[in-house]
Amino acid sequence: MEMTLTTHQRVRPRRASGWWRLWASAQVRWGVILLAAMTALVVVGPFVAPYDPAAPVGKPYDVPSAVAWLGTDNLGRDVLSRVLSGGVYLAWMAPVSALLSVVIGAAVALVTAYYRGWTDLVLMRSLDVLLAFPGILLTLLCVSVFGPQPILLVGLVVLTLMPGVARVIRGAAIPLLDREYVLWAKAVGTPGPVIILRELLPNVSSPLLVELGLRLSWSVGILSSMSFIGYGIQPPAADWGLMVSENGTGLGTQPFAVLAPILMIILYTIGGGLIAEGAARVMARTEGKA
Amino acid sequence: MMTVLRASGLTVERSDGAPIVEDVSLSLDKGEVMGIVGESGSGKSTLALALLAYARRGVRIAGGSVRVAGTDMLELDAADLRKARREVVAYVAQDPGAALNPMLTLGTLLTEGLAGGRAEKVTRAREILRKVGLPDDEAFLQRRPRQLSGGQQQRIAIAMAVIAKPKLIILDEPTTGLDVSTRAKVLDLIRQLCISDDLTAIYVSHDLAVIANVADHVTVMYGGQVVEQGRMQEVLATPRHPYTRALLDAVPSLQVRQDLRPIRGRVPAVGEAPDGCIFSDRCDYAVDACSTQPALRLVGGTQVRCVRPELAQTFEMRPQAVSRSERQGASRPAVLQADGINAFYGHRQILFDVGLKVEPGRCLAVVGESGSGKSTLSRCLIGLHGNVTGEFRLDGKPLPLTVGERDQHARQRLQYIFQNPNASLNPRRTIGQSLAAALVNRPEASGYGTIIAEALERVGISPDLATRYPAELSGGQRQRVAIARALVANPGVLLCDEVTSSLDVSVQASVIELLRSLLADGLGMLFVTHDLAVVRNIADTVAVLSAGRVVEQGGADKVLSAPSHPYTQSLLANTLQLPTEAVPAIAPRQYVGGSW
Repeated sequence: MEMTLTTHQRVRPRRASGWWRLWASAQVRWGVILLAAMTALVVVGPFVAPYDPAAPVGKPYDVPSAVAWLGTDNLGRDVLSRVLSGGVYLAWMAPVSALLSVVIGAAVALVTAYYRGWTDLVLMRSLDVLLAFPGILLTLLCVSVFGPQPILLVGLVVLTLMPGVARVIRGAAIPLLDREYVLWAKAVGTPGPVIILRELLPNVSSPLLVELGLRLSWSVGILSSMSFIGYGIQPPAADWGLMVSENGTGLGTQPFAVLAPILMIILYTIGGGLIAEGAARVMARTEGKA
Repeated sequence: MMTVLRASGLTVERSDGAPIVEDVSLSLDKGEVMGIVGESGSGKSTLALALLAYARRGVRIAGGSVRVAGTDMLELDAADLRKARREVVAYVAQDPGAALNPMLTLGTLLTEGLAGGRAEKVTRAREILRKVGLPDDEAFLQRRPRQLSGGQQQRIAIAMAVIAKPKLIILDEPTTGLDVSTRAKVLDLIRQLCISDDLTAIYVSHDLAVIANVADHVTVMYGGQVVEQGRMQEVLATPRHPYTRALLDAVPSLQVRQDLRPIRGRVPAVGEAPDGCIFSDRCDYAVDACSTQPALRLVGGTQVRCVRPELAQTFEMRPQAVSRSERQGASRPAVLQADGINAFYGHRQILFDVGLKVEPGRCLAVVGESGSGKSTLSRCLIGLHGNVTGEFRLDGKPLPLTVGERDQHARQRLQYIFQNPNASLNPRRTIGQSLAAALVNRPEASGYGTIIAEALERVGISPDLATRYPAELSGGQRQRVAIARALVANPGVLLCDEVTSSLDVSVQASVIELLRSLLADGLGMLFVTHDLAVVRNIADTVAVLSAGRVVEQGGADKVLSAPSHPYTQSLLANTLQLPTEAVPAIAPRQYVGGSW
């Protein structure tokens, strides 16, 4: 539903609650449906999988047949079973890392933007160092030392993504500092943390949500590529990212072994992206167009 | 006389069919200026754009015809329309800062779209620059918009509009954001172009004083309809629609302090106009007959849409009590006093040894144009400008210079109201939440809800609106809420920074009336403004600020009637007023003298 934003809008009847307004957005609704379906698949998948995801059921790179509906992979394992079981890691690691990077990034951004001075200098320069340091190198280093534990991988993704979030949110917050409502809050002596939470945070929520959607897709990408270079989730575990890398060589003979996990990853990211972007639009609408 | 513009039955609708502009007809002869006047939301800008055959997204021109010098604007295809918008009708937007591409040089801006060789184009550009009163040398052509002042930018925008010699130019509030003297100069330029180039123009504004100074004809718009249309003098001298009368009454006069009469209620939203006469729900003289929509009809030379067109004159609709002079009497101890304020931006000094005094129940106006340092002054007082020296006293006790060093009591006693009502409230918090935030600093206050409701009532806002967000209120309502937020802190002094300058004239009237009533409650007030007519209507004492120095100070009547400093005199001379025929029988005409 495209509504034209003229200066004079109909007086809205009763202000619906925030959640209800979110649900009213078609974008958000489809995103939620998609994500719920994917989550259900990831959770229920291992139980309905026809075979043990780690057990060979035929010869390598066998094309789809009545036995293996999506064919087999590089070691002759059933692709369908592996796809059904392989979402668990991504399904919790990607959202957790995206959420953590956005939360930490936003906190750093708002604090540095508001206090400026030394806080700003120290924090933002450290972030620059992080940005400049190649993420891949950091990953190689840490995984070699500590081993590929999921928590560590999440931490690495957060370290990679957080500085970018902080930059963007800081950029959105700085113009707000000259806004009259922030000046007013300062003039009546409101403490800094309260100004940050009450005056700044709600007004950067749109870019924040867009960032969340964006960083979710990025986490998926980074986690998959960690698996791809062999520093992520380790074989023989079933994992979508890992599957893409394992079966890359067989793309010509048995494309389903690569395409099926890729499709899963895509659907998963689209779901997250739709929700984040839809939510940002809904919020922008309540702000009206001055 | 050759007719340049003939628009008839022009109707613009929103995509759901609700009319924004309804059945408007205009006709304009060569060399004439038509003023279109109305409050925000009356459809005047939409009408102006429709004359260019343009409609914003989600809005369409649903009917009617626009013929400009023989070209039917609504029948053109995309390519011809582009050409017509340059050569037949040109448009000047309100904010030249946003309308001019900041990355292009003035030479490029002016000659873009002109036919001919480079030399020819440059000659043409120089010619037009001379005409609009700007330098025409090569160095100037190489400058970019942001290196110019607001007034110069608007001159460039006008030059861009007239360089292709269009048959008609449409000016959409071109002087609204400008200082008084810059505004006077830009208006002079427009008048002069009309004479020298036989320019035909449409001038859109919410301020009848501006329109009265430039237009030959006037069309008064309300709720998308024409409510009155006729020759300027005719309409000014004998307004026949109550809305026109109301707009006239809202313009503050420079000569006398009068009761301003705000128009109650607000312009109806699109699709929500009342049945019958569209103004009936705000009209003090509505009768049963007003429940059927009156047609536009000719009454004594003007077109009026009112069932009782004689009413606007026969009734005594003028303000009753007039000529309230400044509050006299023994000087009371100052609630806020400042001496020897020097303020800096980096190494640049903005304020030089400024001193002032605010008394309870009195209003001190600080007058000056942009760059005079008046906003810096108010920020210093509230303690938000760090780089300042001087001595402040609040209720006789020393007041620290910055807000961080002040105690809670001092922060409460001084309250600041900002110029821009759109940014002074947090868009993500409801009105009630914004007001509650001001109460956090009053630990003794109990029952937030009651205090908030009382403050909203005090400023004339229904407490029901406490659950709304700022975007759901009009500009005037937001400014009232900002005032209510200052009131809940139980202040002693209100610092008002240009609080009326971004409001419609009719809304300004209501805010001034509100501030006056707060003065009567005993609040002290510092009112920063560039509009001397507003000063006349609210201030008791005036300090005129020029280039960071107080050049004249004294009682409002004295300063405005017999200004001694040339800067004050020029400010007065440039303040636009309604022509005298529009101000009939304002009670005792005061002495108007002096060198202006």
